[in-house]
Amino acid sequence: MSDITKQSLTELVENIKNKKLSSTDVTKAFIQRSEKSSELNAYITDDFTSALDKAKKFDQKPNLDLKLPGIPMAVKDLFCTKNIKTTAGSKILNNFVPTYESTVTENIWNEGAILLGKLNCDEFAMGSSNETSHFGNVQNPIDKDLVPGGSSGGSASAVAGQLTPITIGTDTGGSIRQPASFTGIVGLKPTYGSCSRYGIVAFASSLDQAGPMAQNVKDCALLQEVISTYDSKDSTSINFKRNHYSKELTKNIKGKKIGIPKEYRVDGMSKEIEDLWQKGIQYVKDCGAETIDISLPHTSYALPTYYIVAPAEASSNLARYDGVKYGYRAKGENLIDMYEKTRSEGFGAEVQRRIMIGTYVLSSGYYDAYYLKAQKVRKLIKNDFDEAYKKVDAILTPSTPSSAFKIGEKTNDPVSMYLNDIFTVPVNLAGLPGISIPAGHDAKGYPLGLQIIGKAFDEQNILNIAFAMEEKINFKNKITDWWIK
Amino acid sequence: MSIDLKTIKHISKLSRISVDEKRAERLADDLNSIFEFIEKLNELKTDDVKPLTSIAETTLKFRSDEIKSKNIREQIIKNSPEDNEDYFVVPKVIE
Repeated sequence: MSDITKQSLTELVENIKNKKLSSTDVTKAFIQRSEKSSELNAYITDDFTSALDKAKKFDQKPNLDLKLPGIPMAVKDLFCTKNIKTTAGSKILNNFVPTYESTVTENIWNEGAILLGKLNCDEFAMGSSNETSHFGNVQNPIDKDLVPGGSSGGSASAVAGQLTPITIGTDTGGSIRQPASFTGIVGLKPTYGSCSRYGIVAFASSLDQAGPMAQNVKDCALLQEVISTYDSKDSTSINFKRNHYSKELTKNIKGKKIGIPKEYRVDGMSKEIEDLWQKGIQYVKDCGAETIDISLPHTSYALPTYYIVAPAEASSNLARYDGVKYGYRAKGENLIDMYEKTRSEGFGAEVQRRIMIGTYVLSSGYYDAYYLKAQKVRKLIKNDFDEAYKKVDAILTPSTPSSAFKIGEKTNDPVSMYLNDIFTVPVNLAGLPGISIPAGHDAKGYPLGLQIIGKAFDEQNILNIAFAMEEKINFKNKITDWWIK
Repeated sequence: MSIDLKTIKHISKLSRISVDEKRAERLADDLNSIFEFIEKLNELKTDDVKPLTSIAETTLKFRSDEIKSKNIREQIIKNSPEDNEDYFVVPKVIE
């Protein structure tokens, strides 16, 4: 089968279970395509040789009862993988080899999947275009010199470019949903506490969540089912009744009430995005759901709140990189000088900027004015959603205010870069699940996404809505393989 | 509000990130534009709002302090930039 890499995860699982394909066939196909795709720069580290060994071993004694039997998968390089270098896209971790495995990746390997390699991302997941990575820009398979979004840019590029059948990313302010939208794939940010944060390089601990990035909604549901488990190693992991997301997936969303928040109609939003949103509203109506106009009055305060909370938590989390126990170390005249030079040389510009913002807002005399204020506004933002969910079952919005932009276009203006996450950040602040699905193209032919936001722990509901809409939208990603010589 | 070079030096000290003059100026510009954006929060009156400190509204669970990974000392030490097999090595701190 020459078109192995074009198959969805669900098809590959079926073909392996029916013995039409072996794990070796599938793994080889994705390795070959990945090797031909170095121009995308999606990988930081590959593990192809041992992936092939694992596939052969799987085929000798295949356990076909597993959910991901012999499926090769590359993952974002923010997940610690035992004995495999984990960099978080940073120079400061460029030689770090974890002695342990993240819970989320452990869950994936336990279901039979095989690690292909570690995917590029913005440094410490801080970025919206994958341009802050120490390991260079990632190309969007949609067009040359187009950003794939970020921070899970390598992950998005790898799924859209068919270098891996599916992947996982992490989302602190939009880092799964925005790149999914920019590359024409599906990305789910689960409820805070749904997927364990154990073994994920920390950025902002009250916002970080891992989640699946896939070619379609069904694949996404299947991976969510695998990665969402209660974990005592993450003190904020929540023990709730998890659904069998893929089995319970249904297109029947008749009678569901979908909220349309007027505050998401932001100044300067292009007509293309507005039209896409209107089309989305029509699609859910066609599926038998009802739309209701709602108000989330504090929406415009979400980004300023985020840019206090996230850097504050980051400055605290990143204090551990001191050049002593692991990672990069610079030479210094004394201990303090060594710390200061290590962190100055080891962290990139955006990470330093955020550490400094965080340090400032937490520093003596400013805590109340910034951090405490932000926590209060965060409460108001959460209250907005709580109020809305008294009337509706889910909320429909655009995923991003624009389609993907060119590499270098926004690097000199941090605030304009931050505005990319205007529709995704409120969801993280409120700890809710959100999914981005591809829903159309702009005039340049670049993909655009719609976001469905759910109640906490209601992943099944937003997956169902996405599943129903997906059929109506019938989106086709325009991938020309331009990067393959 | 404006963040001046003196403040940048102070934050750089607290963050343990050394910054030269040229970078300090650039950082001051960046931080000022970011804080200008953040100041929007002052439009809101929040005196009576309880701050959100935990999204899950559950108390953190304790677990017993057991050693689960054994014999990984060597692997851990191997990740350090400088070691003498048994210890992490840092520049001299006591004269």
